[in-house]
Amino acid sequence: MHEISIQITVNDKVIEKDIMPNVLLIDFLREELKLTGSHVGCDTSQCGACMVLYDETAIKACSILVAQLNGKKISTIENLEKDGVLHPMQEAFRNNHGLQCGFCTPGMIISAISLVKENNNPDESTIRKHLEGNLCRCTGYQNIVKSIEEGANKMRELGDI
Amino acid sequence: MYQFNYHSPKNIEEALNIYNTCEEPKFLAGGMTLIASMKQRLIAPSDLIDLRTISNLSEISLNNNIIRIGSLCSHDKISNNDIIKSNIVNMSKLASGIGDPAVRNMGTIGGSIANSDPAADWPAAVLALNANIVTNNREINNKEVFTNMFETCLEENEIITEINFEIPEFFNYIKFPNPASRYAIVGVAIAKYENKVSVAISGASHTPFIAKELSDALTMNFSDNIPLNTISSDELNEDIHASSEYRANLIDVLTKKVLKTY
Repeated sequence: MHEISIQITVNDKVIEKDIMPNVLLIDFLREELKLTGSHVGCDTSQCGACMVLYDETAIKACSILVAQLNGKKISTIENLEKDGVLHPMQEAFRNNHGLQCGFCTPGMIISAISLVKENNNPDESTIRKHLEGNLCRCTGYQNIVKSIEEGANKMRELGDI
Repeated sequence: MYQFNYHSPKNIEEALNIYNTCEEPKFLAGGMTLIASMKQRLIAPSDLIDLRTISNLSEISLNNNIIRIGSLCSHDKISNNDIIKSNIVNMSKLASGIGDPAVRNMGTIGGSIANSDPAADWPAAVLALNANIVTNNREINNKEVFTNMFETCLEENEIITEINFEIPEFFNYIKFPNPASRYAIVGVAIAKYENKVSVAISGASHTPFIAKELSDALTMNFSDNIPLNTISSDELNEDIHASSEYRANLIDVLTKKVLKTY
């Protein structure tokens, strides 16, 4: 089995590496790049804690090979805060107690941002439907939905859509 | 996951050439089932041949009442496509009900058909609508594609390139989803053309199938006054999610539900 050369842009940084083809994106992020913000909740593509942004859409990093993203750009939860200022969606989660243990939060926030990029004024049922691929086992979804509503409003105001 | 070699061909010909030189190759589309199966070591191909690097397989076009969908179109792309929305709107709804948003961003229609999961949604639409599966060397009639659970009539080194759907007078698909996986416990697709109505069922048996008696009855009289219990529960799946009797009943319930949307 042969290593392959890949080039992938993670959080605006171009990375060139030789890797084995069976490396999953989530393992590459966590083990190789030490970007441990994306979490592994289930490893079976159910929980969404590993979500990252690819072309403004959310994908599950546990279910894609780095090889499949050769030449592509992705962005993780670590890339949202800029110069010490939280992303409006992160701020909204903080304001609304949208997290308790925080394990699902990176995926929730990535998922929420991808929703707002697609629909800048989502109503409650749209938000709940969109969260089908994100499991939370402790916060409860009420405050998560509230957070996303506020985050969407903030993103719209700031023109970050 | 076991080790394997990875290939990124630029075109179909290159993909086939690579396939023919490998020991146990597999074509990779969106990977939403294949990669999950590899992680669980249910499958261990020697080589993965990534079809997403082939550029012209993800287009959607309309020509003379036929919608052509490139096999590598993601469910998300199909659900948001204007041609689909304005001609078979409930097909876009079917696409937007598959898995979850992240799965829909990666998963493809061609992958779903080639995988032939009996509980998947696309196979029901493919069976109910007048459809053809186009591959690198032939056109396959929709009724011949799904041969068994996770089995199709596709040859080993055959690649689906597009799926053609004839625009119907009416189409809808409603499933009773498993709340965790969103796969159909039972799904019913109904397509109505001028002279023919077809009812296709997913999730209920080892393969998606046409409910013949229901289709015939609806061809004669397209109303929700349907013959009941036309499918024996003996022929249906039974598992932790639902008994076979429950599935048989769901077929009638969902068929009526679809008809009410006409």
